[in-house]
Amino acid sequence: MSKITDAREALMVGRRSDGSLVRRPLSPHLQVYDMLQMSSALSITHRITGALWSIGMVFLVWWLVAAAAGESAYNGAMWFFGSFIGVLGLMGLTAVAWYHTLAGIRHLYWDSGRGFEIPTMYLTGRAVLIGTAALTALTWLIMLITWI
Amino acid sequence: MAAPTIRTLRSPLGRVRGLGAAKGGTHHWWMQRVTSIALLPLTIWLVFALARMPDATWQEATIWIARPFNAVLLLAFLAAAFHHMAYGLQEWIEDYVRGELCKVGALLVIKGACFLLWLSATLAVLRIAV
Repeated sequence: MSKITDAREALMVGRRSDGSLVRRPLSPHLQVYDMLQMSSALSITHRITGALWSIGMVFLVWWLVAAAAGESAYNGAMWFFGSFIGVLGLMGLTAVAWYHTLAGIRHLYWDSGRGFEIPTMYLTGRAVLIGTAALTALTWLIMLITWI
Repeated sequence: MAAPTIRTLRSPLGRVRGLGAAKGGTHHWWMQRVTSIALLPLTIWLVFALARMPDATWQEATIWIARPFNAVLLLAFLAAAFHHMAYGLQEWIEDYVRGELCKVGALLVIKGACFLLWLSATLAVLRIAV
């Protein structure tokens, strides 16, 4: 008698209608997809940008906590955000935030049961990419104008 | 492919009970959508608000955070964003981490970290605003 070590086995092993045991196929993983086609590339990018925004959230917490802690802590945080690495990181995170927001709208649209036709899917996919570039540029333009 | 074997006396129903969707139904999926809809206007507001204060001094920043409108939206953003973040990272772990011990351990670390970060940021906003 052996215990099941992987919980998924309980769902992946079943019986055919004639009673014989069958190991059902697992859902496909990354290696089966052509990563250069828009559908899978944008899908995995949505996941990656979601995880990357955790770093943005840590930065936001740092900024807020530093502001609450006092002027010297705030100036320390602002020194980092204003440094070369800080600005580069914030620029990246702006693009990440806009991508995840726009791709999220696309996902909500899909959740309503619409937009699954291949031409529509490519159209909305391109719109997400162009929108990300445009909104990232706009955000940094606003920042630059305020700064000057 | 070799014929699979099940060396257990437990019935198939008994083995799947408590696993998969039986744990929480569609609650996780639905809450991810609810928080994403809440985050849509909040994120747009926050990104453009922060973009307009790149050289804010400590006085300017704290005055901005302390304004009731900004403080309330910040608190709402933090609650929705950390909820969404914890749920999103949970999906990563459930999909890519193998082994129950590693999986549950990683889930507890992620949930604990999200909770502590949310609590810190919320306390910071309240301390400045109140």
